[in-house]
Amino acid sequence: MTRENYINAGLTFLLVLVPFWAWSTGQAYILTLCTKVAILALAGVGLNIALGLGGLVSFGHAAFFGIGGYAMGILASHAQTFDPIMEWPILIEGTKSMPVIWLVAMITSALAALLIGALSLRTSGVYFIMITLAFGQMLYYFTIGWPAYGGEDGLSIYVRNSFPGLNTLVPVQFLILSYVILGLALLFSARLSRAPFGLALTAARQNADRVETVGIAPYRLRLVAFVISGAITGLAGALFADLNRFISPTMFSWHTSGEIMIFVILGGVGRLYGPVAGAALFILLEHLLGGVSDYWKIFLGALLLAVVLFARGGLIGTLAGREVAHD
Amino acid sequence: MTFLLFAEQMLNGLQFGIMLFLMAAGLTLVFGVMGLINLAHGSLYMIGAFAAAAVAGATGSFVLALIASLAAAAAAGALIELTVIRRLYKRDHLDQVLATFALILILSEGTRWVFGSFPLYLDVPSYLSGPVTLPGGIQYPLYRLFIICAGLLVAGGLFALIARTRIGIQIRAGEADREMIAALGVDISRLYTLVFALGAALAGLAGALVGAIQSVQVGMGEPVLILAFVVIVIGGIGSIKGALVGALLVGMTDTMGGVLLPRFFALFLDPSAATTIGASLGSMLIYILMAVVLIVRPSGLYGSA
Repeated sequence: MTRENYINAGLTFLLVLVPFWAWSTGQAYILTLCTKVAILALAGVGLNIALGLGGLVSFGHAAFFGIGGYAMGILASHAQTFDPIMEWPILIEGTKSMPVIWLVAMITSALAALLIGALSLRTSGVYFIMITLAFGQMLYYFTIGWPAYGGEDGLSIYVRNSFPGLNTLVPVQFLILSYVILGLALLFSARLSRAPFGLALTAARQNADRVETVGIAPYRLRLVAFVISGAITGLAGALFADLNRFISPTMFSWHTSGEIMIFVILGGVGRLYGPVAGAALFILLEHLLGGVSDYWKIFLGALLLAVVLFARGGLIGTLAGREVAHD
Repeated sequence: MTFLLFAEQMLNGLQFGIMLFLMAAGLTLVFGVMGLINLAHGSLYMIGAFAAAAVAGATGSFVLALIASLAAAAAAGALIELTVIRRLYKRDHLDQVLATFALILILSEGTRWVFGSFPLYLDVPSYLSGPVTLPGGIQYPLYRLFIICAGLLVAGGLFALIARTRIGIQIRAGEADREMIAALGVDISRLYTLVFALGAALAGLAGALVGAIQSVQVGMGEPVLILAFVVIVIGGIGSIKGALVGALLVGMTDTMGGVLLPRFFALFLDPSAATTIGASLGSMLIYILMAVVLIVRPSGLYGSA
């Protein structure tokens, strides 16, 4: 086992231990924080596939996070008022069932990622960063100007959506649900990075010309990675909306894109557990520093600056040392 | 739609475009010369506006306020360049994005800490307020006209600086081949600080000029920053001429789209739906424009790469 694996195992242990302790001592707030860590980490796992494996610096992943959130909000709000979404040409009704919502969230964000990716991947470097950012902002302004689902004020969903066999309003049950999904996503991400597709994607990041020479089109690889990445982040958005029982255009804002990126970078780009470590550290800081000062984001900014300037490789990179495979 | 309203909106679009140019010029210069993507450019815009509002509040002089905005933004820019930015030139874009995003967090929260969360107001001075009548009977606010003229003057000055002066030659040479001009004895790190401070001063001036129309508050630079990104992507990153063309295109499209689209939809939809759809689509229009430009020319109108 490598050092990174030990660190990952330790992190998993901590992430299970803390909620177990909180549950046995009845601290629902800590359970909610842990759920938030898992959901935000899931968004980061999504971005990490594009950013870490594919080297695609997407600054617009809030688009998919928001689409997932709005998929949940739209379906649940229609179910809440018993008002069908559309009646013609086919009847589509709202739903409060989590599995259906997740599926819709993933499909819609995957479609959005296909469209945004198909256009954005024609460019590279700075252009790619700015275009993904601009597409995210486009959706942000669209949701602000779209009054049907609350516009700028957002929309509350009064009761958390349901999952067969569970009472999702009990914090520990929703926590376990989020953990299982995060676990599955991590497993998928680990398998993907070792699968032929993941290897080709990594190769395309390192040297696109060589990949092209052996007969693989880097554009298609990247587009598929971007779509997978968007779908996972969209799922995280749906869960996040369910955690807060609230959606608003903030989910689309570029600060959200920046924060998802921060999870990945704080933890370590391209590391399997990077987003998990990053999201946990972010929430921990928000919780600790937020209690000390209203201006805690100054400290977050300073820490982020320090990580970028001095501790490249993030938390896991600093603890585990350099990766064996160099770029 | 009357001709007068149309002309007025054209002027609004022109004014918006020129302000965007002041922002985009610094971004594109910094990218062209140093290869750096600077998200904190919007914070410099905010610093300029806050400095102007604070000085105007203390002295009552609008001219001093504008000078303060230039000086404060240039000083902040130089300080940021010396402490953080110069460590980023050799890094990849991801590091640059994150480090400058961190700077936004620090600068925004720092400003909130100093000035509080409530917006400040910067008043238009009495000698620039009120409407003027233009040829053709167009009534237009004098201050907005002043912004257009001031912006055009600054733009002209910037083009002259880059095309005619020694510093301009060095900047252009820095874009083309930085090793060569360093070998020819130009102090490259001083040049970089200068370019960064120049871009910062332009952003600060734009912040102060716009601050008198809108309110001066934390986060005011962010929407403008993103539009400035759209501008330089459309114009081609690194090209000042592209920034000017892109800024005018974006300014006009955004303003005219917001006015014309609701009227267009009102032709075949009921008024409230037309307003809603028109306004939503109007705010998306510039991004659609950007997508179209990139499909036709992936490196922007005047981009070389």
